[in-house]
Amino acid sequence: MEHYNMNLTLKVWRQKNGKSNGSFESYQVKDISSEMSFLELFDVLNEQLIRDGKDPIAFDHDCREGICGACSMYINGQAHGPWQKNTTCQLHMRAFKDGDTIVVEPWRSKAFPVIKDLVVDRTAFDRIIQAGGYISVNTGNAQDANALPIDKKDADAAFDAAACIGCGACVATCKNGSAMLFVSAKISQLSMLPQGQPERETRALNMVAQMDKEGFGNCTNTYACEAECPKGISVANIARMNREFLRAGMNSED
Amino acid sequence: MGLTGLFLITFLIVHCGLNAMIFFNDGGDTFNHWAHFMGTNLIIRTMEIGLFLFLLLHIVQGLMLVSQNNAARPVKYAVNKAEKNSKWYSRSMGLLGTLILLFLVLHLYHFWVPSRMGGLGSIHALEETSLPSYAGQEAHNLYKEMLVVFQNNIVVVIIYVLGVFSLFWHLLHGFQSAFQTFGVNHKRYTPIINTIGVLYSVIICLLFASMPVAMYMGWVS
Repeated sequence: MEHYNMNLTLKVWRQKNGKSNGSFESYQVKDISSEMSFLELFDVLNEQLIRDGKDPIAFDHDCREGICGACSMYINGQAHGPWQKNTTCQLHMRAFKDGDTIVVEPWRSKAFPVIKDLVVDRTAFDRIIQAGGYISVNTGNAQDANALPIDKKDADAAFDAAACIGCGACVATCKNGSAMLFVSAKISQLSMLPQGQPERETRALNMVAQMDKEGFGNCTNTYACEAECPKGISVANIARMNREFLRAGMNSED
Repeated sequence: MGLTGLFLITFLIVHCGLNAMIFFNDGGDTFNHWAHFMGTNLIIRTMEIGLFLFLLLHIVQGLMLVSQNNAARPVKYAVNKAEKNSKWYSRSMGLLGTLILLFLVLHLYHFWVPSRMGGLGSIHALEETSLPSYAGQEAHNLYKEMLVVFQNNIVVVIIYVLGVFSLFWHLLHGFQSAFQTFGVNHKRYTPIINTIGVLYSVIICLLFASMPVAMYMGWVS
């Protein structure tokens, strides 16, 4: 792939903290390499801001190899930018050309309040996991893995659901700010495996209840979440969650 | 939303099927026969109450969705390319539903009000639209009423076609969406359901739209 340098205009959401009102600031960056990651662009910009004695832009990042889900940026109107099945760190500057203006915003959701600039508080997801996204494990030695027969299809489907990295792009993208794709991936992953059976029903009920409590919106099946998910989590998981929820409701004794 | 939607989808099949009787082009004899049955049968009349309740419930659920979902994103995006990840009509169900509701008010005023309220608020002379008798009971000539409404008024015909056009997009999303809500998402069956949904939306809406057009053009008289 041909390498080139570009000059860009960045419009970045700046917000001091959760209580203050934010606004867009424009920045000029020069000689950006097409081989850089989008996060490296922000590293360059922040060095420039620090040199100028200004407050650098706060943004989440961790692994920088597309598996942690930290890099939450809404770039030019799309979660993680224009590439599909992709995180911000894996978005490369060759997605843009010289002279482009790039607008960068934080995830916008009532359940993901802004902490500073582009950093949002995603602990709502942690609380949903705490409400039921776990399994019972007996103490003592680990069992022999082969003692639990699992159908290959179930194992594969559970693994596909487990690929969810909890980045929140589904919530950010959904016109309703719904967390159904995330929650359904977490419920699906455990409901298809024998280890997940003891809490299967309470899990479905409690995680859905916590999701509603956090203030996420409702699913209207636009499937935007699936299209923007960096891990390609399927909306078939949402249908499975609906089945699990219905089943749990029918079987519940209270 | 899915449950009430599927009920309304079922109703549309009956409604469209019976109305299509006008295409027998027999001066409305077959159509009026069935219209009379629908208007007088006790089971159908009871289901009519259910239909209005489900319609109301569908609207209430829709309004609740809109208010909760708006609250879930208090600060909107400055730039949002929703067209990159979802179909416009799947994101516009509230707008399409509102358009259908507006159309429905006019539609009920045209046909349901005169036939149920015995002419109260009727826009046409009753003598003209009443049949002498049907097994001893007086019956409305609904067919004639359709002719009166559609034959000479291009504006009404256009409004009806636009109303049905809104309905088409609403159904195109709603049909398959209802199944997803009920947890039906299957490798083999979902493509079949989606195909049926598209065929259903196209056939129902083409038939509905062709009725006022056919009457205006004089193909059915």
